[in-house]
Amino acid sequence: MIDKRKSTIAEVIADIHDGATIMIGGFGEAGSPTELIHALIDQGAKDLTIINNNTGNGEVGLAALIKQGQVKKMICSYPRSSHSKVFPELYRAGKIELEIVPQGTLAERIRAGGAGIPAFYTATTVGTVLADGKESRTIEGREYVMEYALKADYALVKCELADRLGNLTYNKTARNFNPIMCTAANTTIVQAHKIVEVGELNPEMIVTPNVFVDWVVEVTEPQIESQMIAQGVSYP
Amino acid sequence: MNVINADQKGWSRAQMAELAAHDIPDGSYVNLGIGIPEMVAKFVPDGREFIYHTENGLLGMGPEPVAGEEDHELINAGKKAVTITPGGSYFHHADSFTMIRGGHIDVCVLGAMQVSEKGDLANWSTGAPDAIPAVGGAMDLVAGVKKVFVITQHTTKKGDPKIVKECTYPLTGPKVVSRIYTDLCVLEVTTNGLKVLKLAPGISFEEVVEKTDAPLIACEGEK
Repeated sequence: MIDKRKSTIAEVIADIHDGATIMIGGFGEAGSPTELIHALIDQGAKDLTIINNNTGNGEVGLAALIKQGQVKKMICSYPRSSHSKVFPELYRAGKIELEIVPQGTLAERIRAGGAGIPAFYTATTVGTVLADGKESRTIEGREYVMEYALKADYALVKCELADRLGNLTYNKTARNFNPIMCTAANTTIVQAHKIVEVGELNPEMIVTPNVFVDWVVEVTEPQIESQMIAQGVSYP
Repeated sequence: MNVINADQKGWSRAQMAELAAHDIPDGSYVNLGIGIPEMVAKFVPDGREFIYHTENGLLGMGPEPVAGEEDHELINAGKKAVTITPGGSYFHHADSFTMIRGGHIDVCVLGAMQVSEKGDLANWSTGAPDAIPAVGGAMDLVAGVKKVFVITQHTTKKGDPKIVKECTYPLTGPKVVSRIYTDLCVLEVTTNGLKVLKLAPGISFEEVVEKTDAPLIACEGEK
């Protein structure tokens, strides 16, 4: 029988190795798998390459992971964070690498990674410094830049509903990068607000089909980053 | 509707947003940048319907919620709480940027650090050695959206021109802007250069010329 449910977060995070590349879902705090990230801090893997749109907020979630010194490199579109000095200070001190990727190119590189497409051409960045050193090609009279697919060892994802097979639905704009990251990682680890019985999710409404998911853990009362920041929480 | 006073000099931020809103055709799919561009949504002319896209994954974005009704999982690209209108939808980032990069969004309204006479836009980085580069979706928007409008103050706080012959800041995209709304005038980017379409109340063509670092073509009725 297929059962992707695990009862504790610690056991799904346990195997993440030093030097791993990890996609972390979320756009700001919306859709950020905060409990999985905090478990990764507890677990202690280091020299990580993290793919996320941002660099975390305050001193919780992704910002806390960076503050712990576990992240060697960030691949993101917008490293300026609200209420967080963690990334800027480390970056200016030369203690963390940054690969800046336009948001749409970041999404498409992840989508391509999940779809088995090694590279693609896009008009985004043509004529800018972010195209420097990249292959370009003129197609039907317009110039395009080649971008490589992104893949990861792990994806850490937050969803709304899941079942034991790994079918997922999301909540509003907390969907963002989560579904595409599920497709582009060797091992996809999901924290679900609620796990329901197989058959309860309407097949027309399933956003991530279960083939893309490896492990699901239920987190019934996820912490809200902005509330933690307002309360002055610093993890751990 | 904004009221223009007899002794007014220049346009307010709201008036710039209103002018831009009036130039967006009925039925347009519109993406609004952070800051003054967000105000465009307050000035949709009577009889027109726009559908707002926000790149974090929402088509059919509505106004900010009333106090106490905010949902931290319903936000816009500026990470502020918003609402969804009837008929709105949520989708993941690859779909959201398919809308942008695939040419499905009609108009985007963005802020600017500099705009050149050719329509080059610089709005993401000063290029300073200690600056943290942060591009977000700006380069995707200018590469993929059919029409790019810019709303900006005509000069910096120090008085330096923001409308220039060549941008000195790193570009967001070359030859992408079609129209510029400043506190002093509305400019159209044409193949012959920047054309003044409209002057703000109390502003002369000469004053705009003086505060612009690029040649200008006068509008009809001006010299």
